[in-house]
Amino acid sequence: MKPRQQRMLAVGLVAVGLAIAATFTLRAFKDNMMFFVEISDVMAGNYPKERNFRIGGLVVAGTVEREEGSLDMSFEVTDTRCALPVTYSGVVPDLFREGQGVVAHGRMGGNGTFVADKIMAKHDEEYMAPEVAESLAKHVQDQTKSVQYLSTECNANDS
Amino acid sequence: MWKWFHQLASPPHFYRIAPIFSAVLLLPGLALIAYGVYAGLFLAPMDYQQGDAFRIIYVHVPSAYLSMMAYMIMAVAGGIGLIWRMKLAHAVAASAAPLGAWFTFLALATGSIWGRPMWGTWWEWADPRMMSELILLFFYFGYMALRAAIDDTAKADKASAVLALVGVVNVIIVHYSVEWWSSLHQGQTIMAKDGPAMDPGMLYPLLANIFGFTLLFGSLLLRRTRTEVLFRERRTRWVKEMILAPEGQS
Repeated sequence: MKPRQQRMLAVGLVAVGLAIAATFTLRAFKDNMMFFVEISDVMAGNYPKERNFRIGGLVVAGTVEREEGSLDMSFEVTDTRCALPVTYSGVVPDLFREGQGVVAHGRMGGNGTFVADKIMAKHDEEYMAPEVAESLAKHVQDQTKSVQYLSTECNANDS
Repeated sequence: MWKWFHQLASPPHFYRIAPIFSAVLLLPGLALIAYGVYAGLFLAPMDYQQGDAFRIIYVHVPSAYLSMMAYMIMAVAGGIGLIWRMKLAHAVAASAAPLGAWFTFLALATGSIWGRPMWGTWWEWADPRMMSELILLFFYFGYMALRAAIDDTAKADKASAVLALVGVVNVIIVHYSVEWWSSLHQGQTIMAKDGPAMDPGMLYPLLANIFGFTLLFGSLLLRRTRTEVLFRERRTRWVKEMILAPEGQS
């Protein structure tokens, strides 16, 4: 084997070894690398019990309630299968609105409600002009309206 | 083809032709950026949700793209230098690092400024996209520090090329982080599965800026590599002859 081919082989083997090592490391840390926990997992009791964590989902249309004279508010967050009530006191980002993706940081309260201390808004990868969005909205139904609150998968709430 | 390739790899030849290629890339690059910035700021419609604030995308996306592109060029050039012992390749890799680091910094800074009003946060430590991009910046810093720490150029070339190749894993993680894990960052827009999820009036200026930034980067990379070559070859005969030669003859 020529020296050049030996070097090629060495670089190739190092690359393959690194790829394998990286794959196993990332698999081991898969859950820790999640920025937020899905609502269905929270409802099934799969969430960190003794510490704060983040939930992510869509704000259910028609559930946002603000208390007058204060910053207290409540709403429901869904992954389009289950919905979780959330309470929060503070200012929400510009993009927070019904039907919008949202990430909330906080912990589970006693009564099956998520008590958030920070709200972040997620936006999707779509960019369009306001007029286009308006004409689209006439045809496309808001998907958060079809949440099945009584879905059997959501009843495992251990509060 | 191979003759041309070998000729290009010869330092004196590269030193002569680099300014020509650099200029050829620079002019269309600046024209594209001028169009992209004007069309992006004034002609493109505002976004239905983010209003005018989305326009930071015209700096953010090209910078983020180049932060990864520059790294891949650095790593591939390092690999070519390791395998084929090509001196010019190591000079390219060394020159790409500071440029890539600046684009990474720009991507992080514009992302943070964009994230504050839209997401409601400057920075989230646990987010896979943000963390992997920050680690990319640290790879650039580590690469430059390693080079600076070794006096022997040949040894510095080898060690830093290995480090650059190791960091490719992180570039892949940056790219796929929004698909593999849940992230605050949204998914791919331009390379979305069903084609770009963007109004054409917004998309074309963005593409113009991406190509324009890339050409600008290429032009700067050639210029930096040229000075790097001159420094590395400072003790050779062709450099001495070139300096001692009378004006107009080189």
